[in-house]
Amino acid sequence: MSGVTRADALLEVARGIACRAGAGEQIEAYVAHSVDTEVKVFGGEVESLSVAEVDGVGVRVLVDGRQGYAWAGSLEPDVVADTLAEARDNAAFGAPDEWQALATPDDVAAVAAPDLDLFRDDLLTVPTDDKVTLTLELERATRAGDPRVRGVEAASYGDAAIETAVANSLGVEAVTRRTTSSCASVALAGDGAATQTGYGFSAGRTFADLDLEVAARDAVERAVRMLGATQPKSERLPVILDPLVTRSLLAILGSALSGESVLKGRSMFVDRAGEVVAAPGVTLVDDPTVADAFGASTHDSEGVPTRRTVLVDAGVLRGFLHNVYTGRRSGSGTTGSAVRGVKSTPGVGARALALTPGTRTPDEIVAGADRTLYVQSVSGLHSGTNPVSGDFSVGAEGLMVRGGALAEPVREVTIASTLPRMLQEVAEVGSDLTWLPGGAAGMTVVLGEMTLSGS
Amino acid sequence: MIEADVLERTLAAALRGGGDFAEVFAEDRRATTARLDDGRVEELVSGRERGAGIRVVRGETTGYAHTADLSERGLLAAADAAAAAARGGDGQTRVVALERRPTQPPHDVLVMPETVDKARKVEVLERADAAARSRSGSIRQVSAAYADSHRRILVANSDGVLAEDDQVRTRFMVQCVAAGDTGMQTGLEAPGRTIGFELFDDIDPESVAHTAADRALAMLQARPAPSGKLPVVLKRGAGGVLFHEACGHGLEADLVARDASVFRGRRGEQVASPLVTLVDDGTFAREWGAYAIDDEGAAARRNVLIENGVLTDYMWDLVRARKEGRASSGNGRRETYQHLPMVRMTNTYLLEGDEDPDDIIGRTAHGLYCVALGGGQVNTATGDFVFGVTEAYLIENGEITEPVRAAQLIGNGPEVLRRVDAVGSDFDTWAGTCGKDGQGVPVSSGQPTLRVAELTVGGTAQ
Repeated sequence: MSGVTRADALLEVARGIACRAGAGEQIEAYVAHSVDTEVKVFGGEVESLSVAEVDGVGVRVLVDGRQGYAWAGSLEPDVVADTLAEARDNAAFGAPDEWQALATPDDVAAVAAPDLDLFRDDLLTVPTDDKVTLTLELERATRAGDPRVRGVEAASYGDAAIETAVANSLGVEAVTRRTTSSCASVALAGDGAATQTGYGFSAGRTFADLDLEVAARDAVERAVRMLGATQPKSERLPVILDPLVTRSLLAILGSALSGESVLKGRSMFVDRAGEVVAAPGVTLVDDPTVADAFGASTHDSEGVPTRRTVLVDAGVLRGFLHNVYTGRRSGSGTTGSAVRGVKSTPGVGARALALTPGTRTPDEIVAGADRTLYVQSVSGLHSGTNPVSGDFSVGAEGLMVRGGALAEPVREVTIASTLPRMLQEVAEVGSDLTWLPGGAAGMTVVLGEMTLSGS
Repeated sequence: MIEADVLERTLAAALRGGGDFAEVFAEDRRATTARLDDGRVEELVSGRERGAGIRVVRGETTGYAHTADLSERGLLAAADAAAAAARGGDGQTRVVALERRPTQPPHDVLVMPETVDKARKVEVLERADAAARSRSGSIRQVSAAYADSHRRILVANSDGVLAEDDQVRTRFMVQCVAAGDTGMQTGLEAPGRTIGFELFDDIDPESVAHTAADRALAMLQARPAPSGKLPVVLKRGAGGVLFHEACGHGLEADLVARDASVFRGRRGEQVASPLVTLVDDGTFAREWGAYAIDDEGAAARRNVLIENGVLTDYMWDLVRARKEGRASSGNGRRETYQHLPMVRMTNTYLLEGDEDPDDIIGRTAHGLYCVALGGGQVNTATGDFVFGVTEAYLIENGEITEPVRAAQLIGNGPEVLRRVDAVGSDFDTWAGTCGKDGQGVPVSSGQPTLRVAELTVGGTAQ
């Protein structure tokens, strides 16, 4: 079946639900379909191979400002009918909220949807055998990458073709289509208590975008360079964040910059609009219209076109992300930032956050640094960062930078500060902007002193 | 959910092209969540998910396919896809005869969630909101959530197993934001049990709200947490996640087999302080990680993992157990029918000792007293783990004194297990969601008040 037929079929299902709205009732239907493949290999054998198609539908009903919602994992007509009935029943139990609303044709007309080609039909024709072969080769290349690699904890391949349709009873409708393909490997280096692990991956829109040599090389290098790591003494030090770490931190900042968090008083950025919240070198933008971003999308999940939103401009807090509800309540209007799965009502979130890159490469940054911790990876990011209080304390491992070069590896340390202080103390952003899966770009970032806790 | 003869034909089809083992896992789950935020009941959400996953194991390879179509046609199509994924090809025909296995529920569920008026699910939220806001003018925001889930599962496999289970879970969550001169702080309390609406016979919304509010208020007074190595006392119930991360994951047989655990090859060895006896117990009545059968049809069991400091056994799923010629320990779990099962914890807890908890604090000259923890994370291959502390106090001269701000604690599993130097006579548990390889499952962890002689505390105070 061609992809266009599928998306059209999804839109038909969504329209069929939305058009059932009675007097005084508004209905929005969100329908999703995905085709997934996952391959895991271990010890030169295929450990598991899964192939799956998943359908889902979510129905939102608004009556007098009250919202009800229901979802189901099937598009069978009787299931869809039950789901609509449940959503209607649930609407009676929500409290009335004057700002509650669906996207209107005016919301949609405010900006033109970007022209993006995010769906690669060729992914659907790649034989499963080729995906298996690549994964086996990734494991082999990781293992062969260095004599100190004693094994591969996991090597995997995954892809997905995801199509969604949204339609509401005010006449708004939109379809999104995208494909993703990725492979990842975890190398085990050293023996016994001296074991270290390293992660490498490659990701793109289709199978041909993948570079397994890069994934294997990164996994090997990141494991091997940690061999001999010890727990350092506690002290205060500047840190350099690896692009993967920056990506994860940006995603957390994105949640604090959601209009929902701010309106409900659950963000460290409450009442800070227009103020200096970061160093002058920090410009933070969410731009899902960039085709290279993994989170790129023509429309958000309420059917509103996406757009570029400047959140922090040269250190000054300029705005927040909004869906239709938070856009209305705040008076700012939607920024096309509704995000959701089938199982929930639309929330607010970033899809493609990035800092404006600086001028120096990561190598140049390291060459100019001394007595600094290069943070290769962090752990406990979700339990250790609080976007409300701003408290920040996470586990870290990485390498000391001494005299302009990466030196001894360190582990079993925490790095701590507060998110507002870290933003104020961004000393430099690297030139190495790389789009990564996970709603944000990665780039090397240099921060001022943080508290390193060790022995 | 599915007739036995349809299951038998589906299993036969799955093995038509060869294969050592085939399984049908069917699931029908209904869920309700209700959410209050910003003083308003925002929405009531109903969900329904139903489908089957079919797995075919052939040599080292598992093929998997799933479908939302539980008709015989849908199941046979998924069986063909799973068989193709497993690379079947030797053309044997196997006949499978299923025998229904009785299941022994760990406890009875008294009030099924679907029999409870939706209005009552909303009412507990409103009560919590009022209770939290009346606690103090410094409470600026309250969110509360109610969630129930009724999950019926069926497992049939080519060993002839046919077993079903009915799993009901209910959870209640309150989060508060308090604001003061020092900024904003949050407090969370989220009890959950494998029971129905009778959860509210055990807990009342007001006291959950008060706990969450008081936690946020206490943190308003908090000064920066210490940085460096300190003795750490974990209050009963608060610190089970330490063992979940420090050794629980490392005792999962799939990670051990991948050579990704520091506990590989150490059965029979002293791996922990003699004070440590650690149990994983899927039969722990009413606990958040309890069930009658796991998601591979094996009965839940109480498994002793570490006894008086000696590593006695790992946790097993069916595939790992078959390779070793032993029985599953009832730890094969999956998030939904769309996922392959793997080794997972259930309710993991440290048995109580005999010291008075107050004495443990009393004989700590300078340390950290942890009352509430957030989540954690472990690298099982290196043993390094972290967990977040969300409510903690300093211990000075044997007394609990000032609150300190949230911080991460970091340690190495085998080292920390050896450094447990006091175990109290009390006990409590904590409900959470454990994530592994992209799948989340409900688990609980438990422990008495205990002390770790030294852990690295990741605060900012010098």
